[in-house]
Amino acid sequence: MTLREQLREKISAAFYRHGLLCASYPVPIILFTSASILTCCYPLLRLPLPGTGPVEFTTGVRDYSVPSQEAQGDLGERPDWYHGPPVAYIQQVLVKAAVSPWDNNLVMVDVFRSPLGKVFSLLEEIRNHVHSDSSGIRSLESLCLQVTDLFPGLRRMQSVLPEHGCLLVSPGNYWQNQRDLFDSDPDLLKTIQKHEPKGLHTSATLRDLLFGVPGKYTGVSHYNRKRVVTYTITVVLSSYDASFLSSLRTRLKQLHPSANCSLRDDHMVHVHFKEEIGVAELIPLVTTYIILFAYIYFSTRKIDMVKSKWGLALAAVVTVLSSLLMSVGLCTLFGLTPTLNGGEIFPYLVVVIGLENVLVLTKSVVSTPVDLEVKLRIAQGLSNESWSIMKNMATELCIILIGYFTLVPAIQEFCLFAVVGLVSDFFLQMFFFTTVLSIDIRRMELADLNRRLPAEAGLPPPKPGPLRIREAPPPPRPSPHTITLQTPAFRNLRLPKRLRVVYFLARTRLAQRIIMAGTVIWIGILVYTDPAGIRTYLAAQVSEQSPLGDSGGGGLPPHLAVAPVFRGGDPTSTLSIHPAPDPTPLPENQSQGHHGSARGGSLPQAPPTGPQITWGAEDEEGWRRLSFRHWPSLFSYYNITLAKKYISILPVIPVTIHLSPQEAIDTRHPQDTRHPPPPIPKVSADLQTDLTLYKVAALGLAAGVLLVLLLFCLYRVLCPRNYGQNGVAHGRRRRGDLPCDDYGYSPPVSEISPLLLRGHSMDIECLASDGMLLASCCLAGQIRVWDAQTGDCLTVIPNSGCWEQRDLWDNISGNTESDCSCEPRDPSVGCDGTPEDKCCPLRRRSSPTRPPLFTDQPDLTPLIDTNFTSQPPCNLSTPPRGGFDFGGLVERAYMEHEPPSPSTYPSPSSSSVWAMELRGNLIAAGRSSGKLEVCLWDAVEGSLRCTNEDGVSGITALAFLNNRIVAARLNGSLDFFTVEMNKPLGLLQYRGAPGRGSMPPSPCYSSEDLISCQLTRSVQCAHQKPITVLRAAAGRVVTGSQDHTVRVYRLEDSCCLFTLQGHSGGITAIYIDQTMVLASGGQDGAICLWDVLTGSRVSHVYGHRGDVTSLVCTTSCVISSGLDDIICIWDRSTGIKLYSIQQEVGCGASLGVISESLLVTGGQGCVSFWDLNFGDLLQTVYLSPSGDGQGVRQLLVLDNAAIVCDFGSELSLVYVPSVLEKLD
Amino acid sequence: MPRLEDHCWSCSCSSKAAEAEHPSGASWFASKAEEMMSIITTVLGSAYGSLHCGRVANLVRRGLVLFTVGVFLALVLNLLQIQRNVTLFPEEVMTTLFSSAWWIPPCCGTGAAVVGLLYPCLDSHLGEPHKFKREWASVMRCIAVFVGINHASAKLDFDNNVQLSLTLAALSLGLWWTFDRSRSGFGLGITTAFLATVITQLLVYNGVYQYTSPDFLYVRSWLPCIFFSGGVTVGNIGRQLAMGGSEKPHMD
Repeated sequence: MTLREQLREKISAAFYRHGLLCASYPVPIILFTSASILTCCYPLLRLPLPGTGPVEFTTGVRDYSVPSQEAQGDLGERPDWYHGPPVAYIQQVLVKAAVSPWDNNLVMVDVFRSPLGKVFSLLEEIRNHVHSDSSGIRSLESLCLQVTDLFPGLRRMQSVLPEHGCLLVSPGNYWQNQRDLFDSDPDLLKTIQKHEPKGLHTSATLRDLLFGVPGKYTGVSHYNRKRVVTYTITVVLSSYDASFLSSLRTRLKQLHPSANCSLRDDHMVHVHFKEEIGVAELIPLVTTYIILFAYIYFSTRKIDMVKSKWGLALAAVVTVLSSLLMSVGLCTLFGLTPTLNGGEIFPYLVVVIGLENVLVLTKSVVSTPVDLEVKLRIAQGLSNESWSIMKNMATELCIILIGYFTLVPAIQEFCLFAVVGLVSDFFLQMFFFTTVLSIDIRRMELADLNRRLPAEAGLPPPKPGPLRIREAPPPPRPSPHTITLQTPAFRNLRLPKRLRVVYFLARTRLAQRIIMAGTVIWIGILVYTDPAGIRTYLAAQVSEQSPLGDSGGGGLPPHLAVAPVFRGGDPTSTLSIHPAPDPTPLPENQSQGHHGSARGGSLPQAPPTGPQITWGAEDEEGWRRLSFRHWPSLFSYYNITLAKKYISILPVIPVTIHLSPQEAIDTRHPQDTRHPPPPIPKVSADLQTDLTLYKVAALGLAAGVLLVLLLFCLYRVLCPRNYGQNGVAHGRRRRGDLPCDDYGYSPPVSEISPLLLRGHSMDIECLASDGMLLASCCLAGQIRVWDAQTGDCLTVIPNSGCWEQRDLWDNISGNTESDCSCEPRDPSVGCDGTPEDKCCPLRRRSSPTRPPLFTDQPDLTPLIDTNFTSQPPCNLSTPPRGGFDFGGLVERAYMEHEPPSPSTYPSPSSSSVWAMELRGNLIAAGRSSGKLEVCLWDAVEGSLRCTNEDGVSGITALAFLNNRIVAARLNGSLDFFTVEMNKPLGLLQYRGAPGRGSMPPSPCYSSEDLISCQLTRSVQCAHQKPITVLRAAAGRVVTGSQDHTVRVYRLEDSCCLFTLQGHSGGITAIYIDQTMVLASGGQDGAICLWDVLTGSRVSHVYGHRGDVTSLVCTTSCVISSGLDDIICIWDRSTGIKLYSIQQEVGCGASLGVISESLLVTGGQGCVSFWDLNFGDLLQTVYLSPSGDGQGVRQLLVLDNAAIVCDFGSELSLVYVPSVLEKLD
Repeated sequence: MPRLEDHCWSCSCSSKAAEAEHPSGASWFASKAEEMMSIITTVLGSAYGSLHCGRVANLVRRGLVLFTVGVFLALVLNLLQIQRNVTLFPEEVMTTLFSSAWWIPPCCGTGAAVVGLLYPCLDSHLGEPHKFKREWASVMRCIAVFVGINHASAKLDFDNNVQLSLTLAALSLGLWWTFDRSRSGFGLGITTAFLATVITQLLVYNGVYQYTSPDFLYVRSWLPCIFFSGGVTVGNIGRQLAMGGSEKPHMD
């Protein structure tokens, strides 16, 4: 145990030092790593490139001997596959035949009928050729490759291809090698065409196989200008006998001498075929690769909390891939040649090596405290995970070691690769990935620093100045129905899955791209596999350019060097021919002496006029013009695979046949002349195939166009032109078409309709509500009280920075007010149906005088505007209430006093409201300016009831619970006030509608009561630094301060219960509710859950880049939002992040929970409802019909299923009955 | 004061006028279209929601996913075996894989669905929730290893069958230990292997198909190992599906 501990400590220390090293010198280490990767991959250059094309190797014929079985060490350029005997030797007899001289009374059929007929005599000759010398008599039967049955699937070729005998292929096979069948065949071309496959053929066809030259070179067609017919007789030999072959060559040359033929015949070409991968083998391979990609995807998805997710994911993949390459390279370096199919084992190697370590490293480093230096963070993260990494690696190595002892060569090799791969992967993780991670973390911290700066500069985050409203109005919208939404915000919205898929398709134009890529690939395949296509052309080019056979024969003229010699002049007898000189040493002397006769045998007979038979370089290796699948397919018919084997192609034997016209006429079939070919068949066969090709191409093109059109239509249907911007599809509320009045109030149409509360002239700073009433305070210091149900403005309390002047202003305004008080909220007025905008101002002027209450107000035009039109609904739905008229009166009166502009008052904004709370009828406002006070108003009447100016420092936060007010001040002190009222008992009444019993009844203070607010206790040094958050619930007051601590006080006796430490930054958000759940979030982006009873930390997660701006808990999860505009939802019990929602910029802090499963977030001029359980967007409600993009900065959830949010200078009241119904 | 009143008045008038222009013909049409669209989305949404929420629907959905996975794996792995001539089906296989042996993929799919649904069910009944490596990446790794085991069984040339079977057994156990490590998983895997082997024996005995070189009664001796690892793999998928109900939608 102690040993283990020691080991663990040592490993941890080593990792720590290593982490420091990596983070200190990132660039040199990355350079070093790349250099080592490149070094290790260097041996890979020697490996052949992957591909299925055959490989060739040329040797001389003269000194040819069957290569030995075992691979010899280093034999120069000899390839490693060249050992052991080949599968077969292929001897082609290339026949060029023509009828000459050409007679005009010959028909087109004569061009090929009699030349083809010659194949039978040639076949006879070859079959019966016997060579006897000292070692015995050999015939073709003994040398040729004996084949058995055709492959079972090829029954239809049974009549054409030889079975049970020599593999000897010639055009004669079409007629079962029987002359009489040929003679009685009325239409040769039809017979040949009969066996052609229908449709588009891409690889070797039967015609190519039998003729041995590509179709268009055969000349067997009605349209043959050169009138030369070319075909081959292909003899497949199983063993090589030089003497027999040379005797055969000589015999044929003697029978059919080729004039002007200078074909080189001193080289044999060995062609090695790679293993072909068929579709059947491809499917499992593709499947494994798909699984591999899924694995990589799911793994890299977990990389989180870093600056560049993609960058790190790329680094992880690069790490794994280059470790694989390194392992292959190292193995090659040490002489282990990979025999396994690399493509097949590759996915399994990746799976074995895995991405886990990389992810563990990232997670560990990311979860280190943010306030540490980058170096230290990396080092700590590394050392934290060192033990588990080492343990995992040891386990894997053990498993692989066990695998090594299975003694199965393939598994052993795999294990070897895996071991080297694991080690190099470890190396790369430690050096490459760690360094990349450190760079990333550093970048992230820089970005954070830039973000954090404004927040740290001052306590309240700087709000847009008062000028903002008067700035340019939002740009005119192109049409009322287009909703433009920023793309990034759209991308991160959590849409329903089906729409996400559609949008993904639309955004990436996937369909078009796939079609394009598919078409290109298809065309490429067509071009590549076309037998007459680019491949053969290229091959021909290459073969012409490369000088063949400069190794073997030296400077000797080819036909002199190897040309077999026949003795004497008896062509019909069995020849005893000297073999090619070198392999058999016997007749060396004789071959020298008979050069003359050899030359004489091939003396040119001047051909008469007629078709010229010429022999060119391209005939030398005519098989090159065939498809590269020609030989594999021929052998595969007999179930012989050429994969990983090679065949040797011997030099061709040229045979020239000249036929006289008389012969041609003799061999005619009666039908040939009777039915002269119609003009259409005169079109050559290859032209026909060309035509079919064009037809197919045209059809394909048409089909492609049709497909594209179809998909385009589909695309248009699914995604309209402004996809991603049109909000209809994902449940965004339509707007602009509802009959809205100026309040934005519209009759409920079974949809969520926001109520617009206008009146503030500046941006709204504070919001408070107790469910019935709603108080708001703007930057100008004006406080408005609204009915939370109807949205009526009940009271306006103007900026009270100078409350002492109030009386003065009352006096001044008294006379001016006299003529303009009115009773606009009288139901009789509201219901009379006359146009409000006509009657109201008139009536107002004639209304009886009321004592004015408020006078000074900076800017009230919007108030006047909106009040006129919003009256009818207000009148209908508002129950008359005590003080109601008065409030309205005040409002009106106040409105009339527009002329005194705010500039005339002495610094009204000097005392702004920093905190506000509303309980019962009382509003508590904490102010900040040179003079500080706690003010209480009767919310309905709008009168100041009580002030307290005991404090000396600005009130940053307020809590109002029962009859206690707790005020937190900028200097870190905490004041507890008690609100007392002297009122007759009988007058005590409880407000609150029936049916809302759950809400703690708040006592209603009537205007007659005398209310006093007394400082009961002041905790002077509650915190060292300004208190930023204050929350009170369940008899506890929780404060959070910039000094990184959270304190819990008891409300009754203001006794400090706990000081909770754990954050490494100032506290920015606290949540506490009746069930004593306490959560806090700080500037370090951390969220802590605490046990209020014991003061212990329950969990601690890092969730945000930057400050945590707001926190809400439900019974199952914690919802947090940060300065990074991301809302994270955490599992409360485990601290696992469930998912996150990207918010729009500047709206991150606005969130609220309506019920257990309904989350509300603010956006640019809208609020969105989310299903908490699934993270699906339920609905988005636009707040104003004009839809200007003011962000919702604050959001308050009332307990009557309404939410209030501010955007700019307006408030919006949204009822969510339909959502609630849905939830129920 | 009257001047101001007039000003307000004109303001409100102009805004009224502006608003009156809104409901023109085009916008009416657009509003109708949007109404239709919203109705469609509502219907779709409710349908989706009902599918989403219902417990039975969830079960069915999981079963479908598992069935698909089973069919797919069966096709692919069968192809692997056919390629190496391990399994012989009565007739020409490549052309008639989907006609003569049509019953194999559905059987495998059904089996996969049953096993995959059984695993989480058993977990909840035994009261030991599966906590080990609950993430999709691990599941993908598990599937890859499973395919690898099949690959090895089909492609590697072993000296004798005992060695092959032992190697595969070790691999399957390693798979279980790496990705599962639960007793219920092991038990269910063993049960699956046993039952499936018995069924295969019966099928071969009745001549439905055959193996090329049977060494364990009528089948290859490595078959139970493959069934065991397959059971564990499918069980892993099933558990992840069952658990991932809340997490899977949050892939990004």
